[in-house]
Parts: sequence; C-alpha cells; structure tokens
Amino acid sequence: MVISRPAAARPSEAQIWEALAQVPDPEMPFVNLVEMGIVRQLGWQGARLQVTITPTFAACPAYEVMQSDILAGLQALGLEDAEVLVRHNPPWTSEWISAEARRKLQTAGLAPPPRHQGDLLTVLMDPVACPRCGSEQTSLRNSFGTTPCRMIYTCNDCREPFEMFKPL
Amino acid sequence: MNAKQKAALAEYLIALADDELILGHRNSEWTGHAPILEEDIAFANLALDEIGHARLWYELAADLLGADRTRFPDQQVFFRPAADFRSLQLVELPKGDWAFSMLRQYLFDAFEQHRLVGLSESSHMPLAEIAVRVRNEELYHLRHTRAWVTRLGLGTEESQARMQAALDALWPYARGLGAALPGEADLPLGIVPASAALYPAWAAEVGAFLAEAGLRLPSETAAVQADRAVRSEYMQALVTEMQEVARLDPEAEW
Repeated sequence: MVISRPAAARPSEAQIWEALAQVPDPEMPFVNLVEMGIVRQLGWQGARLQVTITPTFAACPAYEVMQSDILAGLQALGLEDAEVLVRHNPPWTSEWISAEARRKLQTAGLAPPPRHQGDLLTVLMDPVACPRCGSEQTSLRNSFGTTPCRMIYTCNDCREPFEMFKPL
Repeated sequence: MNAKQKAALAEYLIALADDELILGHRNSEWTGHAPILEEDIAFANLALDEIGHARLWYELAADLLGADRTRFPDQQVFFRPAADFRSLQLVELPKGDWAFSMLRQYLFDAFEQHRLVGLSESSHMPLAEIAVRVRNEELYHLRHTRAWVTRLGLGTEESQARMQAALDALWPYARGLGAALPGEADLPLGIVPASAALYPAWAAEVGAFLAEAGLRLPSETAAVQADRAVRSEYMQALVTEMQEVARLDPEAEW
C-alpha cells in the first residue's frame, strides 16, 4: 500500500531542483541532468510530483536510465510519489547547456558544443579548439562518435583525438 | 480529425516508421563490417538514429489509434508478419557494398529533409513537434552522406565505378520516394505534405549534386518501384531474423 505524504511535508521546489542536480548524465557522469538542460519543469498533480524532461537526441539510448535515476533521486529525498514525463517540444538544443556544464565538459576532454543560435550548419564550419591544448588546428574525423551526441576530431598540434558534443 | 482521418494518419506514420526501421536494420548490418573504424561507428549511429525515429512515429500512430504507446512499437516491429509492413522496397534491398549503402542513405535522407520540412508545418501539432526535432538530427546524416558521395564519386576509378553501379541499381527504387504513402490520400490538407509535390525539388537537388560528384543519372525508362503493399523478395528473410529472438519468448522482460 502506498501512503502519500501530507502536503505540508513536501520538500520545497529548491530542494527538489537541488536533488535533481545530483542526478548524473548516465553517459557523461561529470555533468548532471539539470545543467545539461534535460530537466525542463516541475509540477504537482495532487500529491504526485511530475518532472518533465526533454531528451537530448531522439534516439538517445540513455533516456530510460535517466528516468529511473531521477525517480531514485527523488526517492532519496522522500518523494515516493513521482513520475517523469517526456516532452519533445520545444526540441532539446545544446544552447540549453549551462556555462558551468560547458566548463565541465571541457575539463573532461570533451569539446563543448559551439553556440549556434539556430544555424547548425554554419557553425560547424568554424574551427573547433582542442580541449586539451587549446589549438584550433584540428580536423574532423567523423560526424558520429561513441554516442549519438558526439563527433570525433583530431588535434593536429598535440596529436590527440578528442570528441565534441554536437551542436543541436 | 475524425476517426477515419486519424486511422489514415496512423497508417501514414506506420509506413514512415517502417522505412526508418528497415533502413536502420540494414545499416546495423555494417556493425563490425564497415571498411574503416570511423564508418563502423557512423553506420551504427545512423542505425540507432533511424530506429529511434521509427519509435517516435510508431508511438504517435499508437496515440492516434488509442493503443498503448509503450507496447505498440515492439508489437509492430517484432510480431507483425512481413507482408503487413509498408516499407518502400528501396530500404529493403540488401546492404550491398559500402558505396550502395552510402548512396541509399544519401538519397533517402535528402528526400526525408524535404518531407520533414513539410511535416514540421503540420496542423497536427504532435506530428509537427516530432518533425522539428528529427529534422535537426537528420542534418548530420545528410552532411555525412553528402561528404562521402562526393569523395567516392570523385575518388578512384574503382570508387567511381562502384558509386555509378549503385546509382544505376538504386534509382528506380529511389524514385518510389515520390509516391503517395498509405493513408495520404484520405487526409485533409495541411496534415502532411503531398509526396508527389516533394518529388521535383528532391529530384532537382540530388540530380545536381550527383552530377557534381561525377555520377550520371540513369535514364528514367526503368519501372519505378513504389508499391508499398508489395514486399521485395528480401524482406521475409530480414523480418525473420529481426523477430527471431522476440518470438522465442514473447513475454520476456528485458
């Protein structure tokens, strides 16, 4: 039997966002789902918390894991009655990745996606800086990488291969 | 939309999804077999994207039919007889050599961009929303396949010959992209773009692009393969393989 908590015992919205900011991205555990712009909205349906997420890529294989990780994170906060809703509109865009998350991607050796303001194809012509040595002498090796959201480059100066998070 | 129109749109979406699914399945056959590691990764990604997009269309069809959207995609993919699929023969053809798979992907993706632009203006909002999101992802496919078509078409004598052979074989099937999808004729204006209206822009675009890549469009005397009610001779084997594990234990939890 499920016993709903009385409304008065609800955690505050700030506490919930804080708990969600502890949920790592399943494929890039150094960033969390809030700073990646994946968690979009919180709402209450009676006593039930509804968390709305927008997955990065439509075919992202991690998004079912994200849903169960979010529920587990909320449970740790004492929120048993919660559900995760998936919304595709507006579509996720890399413009939603926070400055802090961009810095973390860079530190982890993953070039952050360039800002594109809606014009994807033009921005892909710009030089990409190597996340290790900062050189802009880099070449695209493959538009597709180890996950749907990454592409592979090589740095012509430090000779290291690296991945860039795709602008979307 | 009334019930009849909803059913027609579901039929249309299932055909779209079938194309993506079967093309994705064919792409997955390159995993572990592509000529270079980067392309192995690329084709695995293309497969994942297409199958992911198929799932979105199947889910949307489930909503229109009042079916369970969490179960409907699996039912369609794993428990439907081959004869009931509505894919275009273009995507059913075996993967061929790498030139063939690359060119098929290009021809398909180039048409899909035109269709997605039309679908993103659909008056059926859930459809327009999905189209907008799929469209941006597909830009990466088109960019990749365009680069390779040019590279192979203008490459060595062998790569040029293989691309030309692929184009000669694919063209009658690719022209089927311009035929109306199931359900299309029963939909009111503004829900989906008319496939025939998308065809001229696609044909002009790919014609010019292929010419720049040193390839000749075949004459258009060969019969267009556009009948989605008829499966190619290759489809039964594909479906049998795709469904083999699921049918062994339909109640299995993964």
